[in-house]
Amino acid sequence: MIRLYDFDLSGNCYKARLLLAILGVEYERRNVDFFPGLKHREPEFLAVNPLGQLPVLEDGDLRLAQSQAILVYVARKYDPSGRWYPLDSPEIAGQVQQWLGFAEGLTATASAARLADGMGFDFDAEAARDGAHKLFAVMDEHLWFQERQGQDWLAPGAAPTVADIACFPYVMLSEEGGISRETYPAIRRWTDRVKRIPGFVVMPGIFPAVLGSQ
Amino acid sequence: MADPLPDPFMLNQWFPISALQDVHDRPRRTTLLGEPLVYFRDGSGCRVTGADGRALPVLEQYACLWTTLGRPEGGLFPIPEYDEPDRRNIAAGSIGVNVSAMRGIENFLDMGHFPYVHTGILGELPHTEVKEYNVELREGGREIVATECLFYQPRASTVSTSGADVEYVYRVPHPTCSVLYKSSPMDTRRLDVIALFGQPTGPESFRGHMVLSILDDVNADDFISYFQLHIFGQDKPILENQMPKRLPLDPRAETPIRADKTSIMYRRWLASNGVTYGVIPAAA
Ligand SMILES: N[C@@H](CCC(=O)N[C@@H](CS)C(=O)NCC(=O)O)C(=O)O
Ligand SMILES: [Fe+2]
Repeated sequence: MIRLYDFDLSGNCYKARLLLAILGVEYERRNVDFFPGLKHREPEFLAVNPLGQLPVLEDGDLRLAQSQAILVYVARKYDPSGRWYPLDSPEIAGQVQQWLGFAEGLTATASAARLADGMGFDFDAEAARDGAHKLFAVMDEHLWFQERQGQDWLAPGAAPTVADIACFPYVMLSEEGGISRETYPAIRRWTDRVKRIPGFVVMPGIFPAVLGSQ
Repeated sequence: MADPLPDPFMLNQWFPISALQDVHDRPRRTTLLGEPLVYFRDGSGCRVTGADGRALPVLEQYACLWTTLGRPEGGLFPIPEYDEPDRRNIAAGSIGVNVSAMRGIENFLDMGHFPYVHTGILGELPHTEVKEYNVELREGGREIVATECLFYQPRASTVSTSGADVEYVYRVPHPTCSVLYKSSPMDTRRLDVIALFGQPTGPESFRGHMVLSILDDVNADDFISYFQLHIFGQDKPILENQMPKRLPLDPRAETPIRADKTSIMYRRWLASNGVTYGVIPAAA
């Protein structure tokens, strides 16, 4: 069975859990006490990922770090429809990849602010918040133009892709880092759409579309 | 807006500033009532220094490091269960929240949100009823105690195997700390203890130090902490979306439903002790 080295409150781990759940793939969660235990910095986990970062996914002989890479692998392997990681159109494939890169920027900003405010990590929270607002503004404008063209998702096409899964967690958790989404209405509409994807699951800090339903 | 000065009641309290397990030789920074502090461990124990470099008083108790910026009258409120030898005492995590510590305590005292916020764990639709319970002042008015709080919980603790009607007792012996007791699935005659110790970092922010003293001879510390953080992580967005971020003490701001009886008592108790920090005092 697939094993996910996981921490419950990590948005990067959650994105892997989210796609696995949507695709109905079973897996085992191996809890690594990232906080408060800082176990990701201990030899036992460094043997799994020398970078000391979560998540890590193991499937058979494959061991994969980096949440975006995990999304790509899971989609290619377990989504026979090919919708979640579309490769047919070079234009669309390029745009999906662009948003996977964008998600790294969200980890460096919105996630860093959240770790600083919530878990006392020694990051520059103000700088992280400024950086996140720049990204959110770009994303909000993009989603607004997408909507004008009848498009619901980050990359063109009728269905959501790994790009949406990759960007969703740290956008949705931004308020824990003191980053309000009040001024990003297109982002708010997009997060509501993500929550209505069949198979959607929550993590602490993120509520289902209908409160009390999960 | 300049940060407000703490009122005397708040100033003269002990406050938690870290879990003891997070105190190391290398100094760490934190904030208490707006004042930046440094804490570390040396040969003789934990040390805390204030903004001007002065050494502050310390207590090492209930898995936490406590200090004060004022002159507390005595030590900390008692939690006798903490010393029972067969309990697991665990600092489950310290989480920063962008809302006043009093908002944090009030949420901790409220069972009404369980089915909506902790769905499938501490509550479940359609079991939304908070049954009649009892609230009173004890210890000569120094402590609020709510008893006979009953609630249906699908998964009350780390050792639960099925849903159960769970009985809670809540104590508020400190303006930003609360201790709750709930039926232990391991032993019907005893209660698990879960404490939320609030460190007011500013008037609209706090760190919540969660300390458990529970009966669980099955699970590893990691898992017990995981369970508690999972629940607190669910509360966080609710707390951070509260407006205003300070707790209003004006009686007209209270919603008199039964679930809020403890909260009404808590707000009155803060007001009667002259608390102005982290709250919006009632207009005179
Ligand atoms: N680029 C990595 C970043 C993962 C990451 O930042 N993980 C956090 C937990 S959310 C972590 O393990 N941080 C420890 C570190 O970076 O030292 C990914 O997308 O997987
Ligand atoms: Fe809660």
